Amino acid sequence: MTVSYALLGLLEEADRHGYDLKQSYDRRFGAARPVRFGQIYRTLAQLTRDGRIEVTAVESGAGPDRKRYAITPEGVADLDAWLGEPAEPEPMLQSVLFTKVVLALLSGRPAATFLDAQRVKHLDAMRELTAERRRSPGTQAAMLADYRLFHIEADLRWIDHAEARLAALAEEVRDGTPADRG
Amino acid sequence: MAPLLTGVDLHKAFGRTRALRGAGLTVAAGEIVAVIGPSGSGKSTLLRCLAAIIAPDAGEVRLDGRRIDDLPDRTRTGLRRSEFGFVFPFGQLVPELPAAENVALPLLLAGAPRRRSLAAARDWLTRLGLPDAADRRPADLSGGEAQRVALARALIARPRVVFADEPTGALDSVAADQVMDLLVDAARAQRTGVVLVTHEPRVSAYADRTVLVRDGAA
Repeated sequence: MTVSYALLGLLEEADRHGYDLKQSYDRRFGAARPVRFGQIYRTLAQLTRDGRIEVTAVESGAGPDRKRYAITPEGVADLDAWLGEPAEPEPMLQSVLFTKVVLALLSGRPAATFLDAQRVKHLDAMRELTAERRRSPGTQAAMLADYRLFHIEADLRWIDHAEARLAALAEEVRDGTPADRG
Repeated sequence: MAPLLTGVDLHKAFGRTRALRGAGLTVAAGEIVAVIGPSGSGKSTLLRCLAAIIAPDAGEVRLDGRRIDDLPDRTRTGLRRSEFGFVFPFGQLVPELPAAENVALPLLLAGAPRRRSLAAARDWLTRLGLPDAADRRPADLSGGEAQRVALARALIARPRVVFADEPTGALDSVAADQVMDLLVDAARAQRTGVVLVTHEPRVSAYADRTVLVRDGAA
């Protein structure tokens, strides 16, 4: 989903070949996970069928034909609409943490030990990301690291919060009824 | 790394409140150690014991292997001035003095010549990205600028250890990153150990190690 809009955005900047698009995508957005060529070409085919991009030139060379793509007015309008639409918040990125805490309490296992271990893991990840951010050459790379840092930090805040309320949660989980929200 | 500052089995009570119950911490030269933990866990008490601001009831603190917790008050005061630097959440700058004089204070208190101290202060302000702040008073500085002035003051006497207690507590995230980048770079460059007390995970992530204090123990 995001890849198709990213390609539209890159094509709005300039007409490009599929190979250029992959390079540009990876440079700007692919730090975490580069996009595969297969996905680029599948997405380009779909966008062409939808009329959001078009082939403006086909160059023959030693290898396979190289197509050059351009964004259409429909593509620009679509990109405009997507950029103007706020994205749905994703508050349950790490619901696995919540599930583990409840399951631990339900089965009488030490939830605090799990939270401690998870805190160490999260802090280590933040330390590595911070070091990476300090080494990163530009604002764009630093901002991507920041995005990840803030999300991990949100989990950490929840871990601290959960730890402070573990006794109340344990009681509620055991009794099966909501406890007073103290 | 050989330990520069060591606190072992520290205990401290205030009345019936046992703030520290066997806390310990070690910092090597050029190492940044973050101290995290919930409010009331004893983080700040641990910092104050390590920095010889208060004496622990039991346990010991050593700087370069030499005990400092049992020194007389006056000796501890001298030690804090010569060996330690401090950064607090609100710079705690002297409001009447321009930035350069605030920065130069540790040198002036140690009896260094005024002109040389102020020149060094201006160098530090430039190094921390504030070349034009020298003559401005704290009230005319932004929070981030004031905290960089406080950082310069903490570092100017080339302390062995900097104690930073919530150094970014009053700053937005961009100014906080700037202050932490500068603190880490300066500490590494002059092999200063840093004890960094914070409740912000993003700030503790600048440290080489993180120590969790809970119920007065670490």
